[in-house]
Amino acid sequence: MDLLSQPVGVSHYLVVGAILFISGVVCMAVKRNAIGVLMGIELVLNGANVNFVAFSSNFLRSDQGHSLGLDGQLISLFVIVLAAAEAAVALAIALNYYNNHSTIDVDRADELKG
Amino acid sequence: MDAINWHTFFFLLFALVACAFAVGVVLATNIVRMALYLIVSLGATSGLFFLAGADFVAAMQLMIYVGGTLVLLIFGVMLTAKGPFISMKTGGGDWILACLLSGCLAAFLLPAAFAVPGWRNVRHAADTAAVNAAQPEIAEAADASNATAEANSAVATNAPVQTRTATPLGMGLLGPRVDTLDPDDASLVAGMSGYLLPFEIISMHLLVVLVGAAYLARTKRRADSRNPGARNA
Repeated sequence: MDLLSQPVGVSHYLVVGAILFISGVVCMAVKRNAIGVLMGIELVLNGANVNFVAFSSNFLRSDQGHSLGLDGQLISLFVIVLAAAEAAVALAIALNYYNNHSTIDVDRADELKG
Repeated sequence: MDAINWHTFFFLLFALVACAFAVGVVLATNIVRMALYLIVSLGATSGLFFLAGADFVAAMQLMIYVGGTLVLLIFGVMLTAKGPFISMKTGGGDWILACLLSGCLAAFLLPAAFAVPGWRNVRHAADTAAVNAAQPEIAEAADASNATAEANSAVATNAPVQTRTATPLGMGLLGPRVDTLDPDDASLVAGMSGYLLPFEIISMHLLVVLVGAAYLARTKRRADSRNPGARNA
């Protein structure tokens, strides 16, 4: 098993980040439930976080000194906090929409008149 | 066959769980199941962060994302999951478009992940151990940073490494950077390229956003009391 005996590199993390990102984009595109669209956004942000952490790590690449260092981890912390803020506001909007229109289907939200 | 690299083993385990449940979020039609799959996927991602040596970010991922944001999402699910909204089907045309989109993105992103040779950790574990044991000074000279080289070879040879990132991260958020006391860019003051202003901005942003969210999400019953039965459409 060559895959199991080789050390993990940045590329492996980038593949995971890409799969999370693609899943999130498709989830945002196909879900009709507004909360499902929110979950897609969470997945996209998480895929970006995986990339930031992979590039900041010193253990994943043979050419040391080219990694982002702690900057990548700091930016991923900012992304986590922004995701929390975004989820709070988007859920408030979704609940408001549900209260006003009695549906959570984004296809029927084409007339946002308040 | 070489010995199993347990770091790689756990990476593959967490990566498979994260990716499989992320795809499960897309394929599930029940909104409650989607929320459950998302929790598992984000938890496995925090395991990936631990394996990359980012212990503080991984703990924050578990506490803020899994513990905070997803609880919020699940409350949203519970408040709106009623009758037809629990399981909403997507049309076939949308699925075809989505498959096209995901195929294009995968064809673009997956080769890009392997495009740069420096992103692959191509050392053989046995070779690294042999080189480090036989010629330590050559191995030191070959690598730019001695400490990180030791850490890297420790990972390649499957030895545990302790990382402490909480204190440098906290110092970096307050301004001084104890991890880059000798920056490459000469225009930066040594050790002072921190993130104090973004930290303050994001603190105020979070406060304002949460107050605004509480204001937006409050229940308004005036329309009901004035005109009951008008919202049954």
